[in-house]
Amino acid sequence: MAEAGIDQSHDHHMDPATEYSSSKLGMWLFLGTEILLFGGLFAAYAIFHARYPEMFYEQHLELNRTMGAINTCVLIFSSLTMAMGVSAIKWGRQKTAAILILITIICGFIFGVIKYFEYSAKFSHHIYPDTSIFFSLYFLMTGLHMIHVFIGLGILGVIFVLTLKGKFNSKYNTPIELGGLYWHLVDLIWIYLFPLLYLIG
Amino acid sequence: MTWIPEVASNLAGKVDGVLLTITLLSLFFFVLITVILVVFAVKYRRKRDDEETPYITGSEPLEIIWTVIPSILLIALFVYGFVVYKEMRTPPADSVDITVTGKQWLWTFDYYNGKKTLNELYVEQNRPVRLVMMSDDVLHSFFVPGFRVKQDVLPGRYVQLWFTPTKIGTFDIFCAEYCGTGHSVMLGKVNVLSPEAYDIWENGLPGEGGGAVASLPPAELGEKIYKEKGCNACHSVDGSTLVGPSFKGVFGHTVELADGSNVDADENYLRQSILEPQSQVVKGFQPVMPSFKGILSDDEVTAVIAYIKTLK
Amino acid sequence: MANHTIAHDVYVPFLEKKGFLSWILTTDHKRIGILYLVSTSLFFLVAGIIALLMRFELLTPASDFVDPHTYNVLFTLHGSIMVFFFIVPGLAASFGNFLIPLMIGARDVAFPKLNIASYWIYLLGTAILLMALLKPADTGWTFYTPYSATTNTDVVLMTFGVFVLGFSSILTGLNFIVTTHKMRAPGMTWHRLPLFIWASYATAVLQLLATPVVGITLLLLITERTLGVGFFDPAKGGDPILFQNFFWFYSHPAVYIMIIPAMGVISEIIPVFSRKPIFGYKAIAYSSLGIAAISFLVWAHHMFTSGISETAAMIFSFLTFLVAIPTAIKVFNWIATLYKGSIQLHSAMLYALGFIFLFTIGGLTGVFLGALAADIHLHDTYFVVAHMHYVMIGGTVMGFFGALHFWYPKWFGKMFNETVAKIAWFFIFVGFNVTFFPQFFLGIQGMPRRYATYPAEFESLMSLSTYGSWILGFGILIMVINLISGLINGPKAPANPYNSLSLEWQIPSPPPHENFEEIPQVTDWTYGYGKKKELEV
Repeated sequence: MAEAGIDQSHDHHMDPATEYSSSKLGMWLFLGTEILLFGGLFAAYAIFHARYPEMFYEQHLELNRTMGAINTCVLIFSSLTMAMGVSAIKWGRQKTAAILILITIICGFIFGVIKYFEYSAKFSHHIYPDTSIFFSLYFLMTGLHMIHVFIGLGILGVIFVLTLKGKFNSKYNTPIELGGLYWHLVDLIWIYLFPLLYLIG
Repeated sequence: MTWIPEVASNLAGKVDGVLLTITLLSLFFFVLITVILVVFAVKYRRKRDDEETPYITGSEPLEIIWTVIPSILLIALFVYGFVVYKEMRTPPADSVDITVTGKQWLWTFDYYNGKKTLNELYVEQNRPVRLVMMSDDVLHSFFVPGFRVKQDVLPGRYVQLWFTPTKIGTFDIFCAEYCGTGHSVMLGKVNVLSPEAYDIWENGLPGEGGGAVASLPPAELGEKIYKEKGCNACHSVDGSTLVGPSFKGVFGHTVELADGSNVDADENYLRQSILEPQSQVVKGFQPVMPSFKGILSDDEVTAVIAYIKTLK
Repeated sequence: MANHTIAHDVYVPFLEKKGFLSWILTTDHKRIGILYLVSTSLFFLVAGIIALLMRFELLTPASDFVDPHTYNVLFTLHGSIMVFFFIVPGLAASFGNFLIPLMIGARDVAFPKLNIASYWIYLLGTAILLMALLKPADTGWTFYTPYSATTNTDVVLMTFGVFVLGFSSILTGLNFIVTTHKMRAPGMTWHRLPLFIWASYATAVLQLLATPVVGITLLLLITERTLGVGFFDPAKGGDPILFQNFFWFYSHPAVYIMIIPAMGVISEIIPVFSRKPIFGYKAIAYSSLGIAAISFLVWAHHMFTSGISETAAMIFSFLTFLVAIPTAIKVFNWIATLYKGSIQLHSAMLYALGFIFLFTIGGLTGVFLGALAADIHLHDTYFVVAHMHYVMIGGTVMGFFGALHFWYPKWFGKMFNETVAKIAWFFIFVGFNVTFFPQFFLGIQGMPRRYATYPAEFESLMSLSTYGSWILGFGILIMVINLISGLINGPKAPANPYNSLSLEWQIPSPPPHENFEEIPQVTDWTYGYGKKKELEV
């Protein structure tokens, strides 16, 4: 996971340039495996969508498009603030970076809260993961994504504290960059989930 | 024992052709590799510690030779295997359809004329048969080694398998896909009958009409059912434990059930255990027995109970 | 790290530090290698004993030693433990950890803390497996649905344990890939890399690409049992065959995760004991990658009888034949390396030659199973069991034992008794063949696999196979005793007992804590044995 990068800060068996490029390579490889993990679910989606297109169309109407769209905006915005945070630390502006990371974290929480309301609405309509293949996919895909959001929040939380403590600067900021990469992946997966689940048909 | 079961279907000889071709080619390469390996290991064995060895790092012509030749052979084998497979998958138009149902752990066969058999498939010599198969529960696989045919049986979907039996006799049916505790007792037989015998089996001898069966004393009829309907796969009559409890000495004794209660094994207990097996599972056994409701008639259930009573 | 405080002229072997914490908290790749070696070897012995119990039950046709349910649990445990807890992490993680930095001239792997974290995850997976033993699954290691979704044994814990192990496997693979890319010593170009490194690299790529898919598959199976999801349940509109597709998409490449490192080991042992350069270096190196690539496209050859379409069967059969070619290339190149060599039949070399012999049988019998018409008859019979064990024991385990004997002096700084090692090899080789060769005939005659009881006509071959398992078990027992007694009272090992040219042999045995005093400057490949022609002129 992201500690692949954090790992290296005290382990001087590599020069900083190699360390930086190794951490980045490691992170990209890890993100690749994450996509493959979701890939299994996307494959299941493709297979069952081809088999039951009507069921997918009818049942996706149950989902709340507005909430999904708001969440999409929230995540895209958080990706933007994260990217700005990475640039800020590269220019050496620790405070700005910390604030931007904090905004990213808050966005992540907003995403979680909205998702919580969506899930409760489904449960109150007696829609559960075993209701149908479509809702199984819905709950598993968004649920697995939600777990990734939480992991991302944990990582960003650690990075936020370390940034406040002044551990990072314009020369050494690999963990922020890697944490940012991870957050972008979380965002990217949602950008695929949203149309596949909320906007079909 | 021969190295492969006797050829008993039209397809078996063709599959054996593929097997034999691959065996011969494999043997050739295996012997070649082994001989070279042993010869090199002996001939170039180190005699002195300071022996000089040549600096050879490779040879492009050799690499090409041992890439191209196996490739050609492999592609030829692929084509041969596929051509025979294609034939194995294409039933002729005039085949007889029989519906096969696999369930834990027995096979039932439904024939076009309404006949139904359990674990015993009856087919006519030299007449193509198409089996349309489905599972009631988990995966099974219908496998007749003598015919060289095998097909996984799936729940919720029909699959098919065909063959033309060429030899009169009885052949093993195995379940080849693991299906739980009783997997290894999910056995059946294919009875290949001559056209005359098949005709008699199909229509019954004039005047027979089950009369011969009815005239058996109940306990003997029960023993016959015990063997023919597959009870013997899970229940012994000598006291040994198979998948289910032994029949020996069960009648008239108290049985402890999985829920901790005790019941007396009387006629009604036995009847209920045959027709609704899950309602009274004996302690220490899995709730896996299928119901025989609709498979055994009331008379037959009575006969089986009569047989169990004799096993003291 | 204390590395900068150690004076460069003081040699401190990496095994010097004692105590539990110094092991469990270590970030030294060599120590982590030992942790994996010990854990995986223990699992190998446990699963091996389970196999002996199974064979004992199969001595007679009836169910007289254990009942059928227990037998089913035994083969499930045997398969799951061997595959997920021994063979996949066995060579790749233990010898990979020990050898990769040493062979490429690095002080450690790229991410040492991630490395020990991977091992802790492995331990977590084993802990979950142990919990599952309260009510162990009876599904077979393949966890096929719908049986695995309906049996009342503890499938959830067991698959969750495997899921957790998957993370360990992914992180280790990731670490090795980055290490190979970024940590090579100056002058260690890709085409100078030892072939074991090529093999480990190909393995790591497979681990990264395939493991996430089995992870999600097992997760889906868990949700099937816990949340009532129905992807694999036809009653809910799902498809049981989908599980097989997903499962084999991982598990077939996993077969190569298991065998490719062993091929790498063989490519190291043969040149050293033949005193000859490896024949066809590039062919062997790239064939590893070729196998890795094709291995993703052959998964459905496990499903020829499952009702897949004829077109799919045709394509997958063809690709299966293709994967045989790079494998054959390797065998031919190893044999050509022996030509005009100065061959020393050291115990490690005996394992390497045994590998070629047994793996050839394993590979050739794979051709039977790739050919569609033949596979219909042989699928799910003992023929498959025999084929798989010829590849997994005859291949991977022979490679594992060969590696153990070959790098033992380097790793532990001690020597074992060579004569006893050869005797053990003999029993293992003979015992293995007596156990598994009869199973080819059983399969051709139609004996299905996973049978707790069997028809009497198979008894003679079945009991022969059981007798063989006793010889095999005896051989492994001698080997284990010999290797352990070598640790206790074996003579001290020299730095380079076989005059190998590979980097790991140029430093003391056992290696010092940070491997190399100075990072070496590499000027030639590792296989420069024999007299170069151009020098004669």
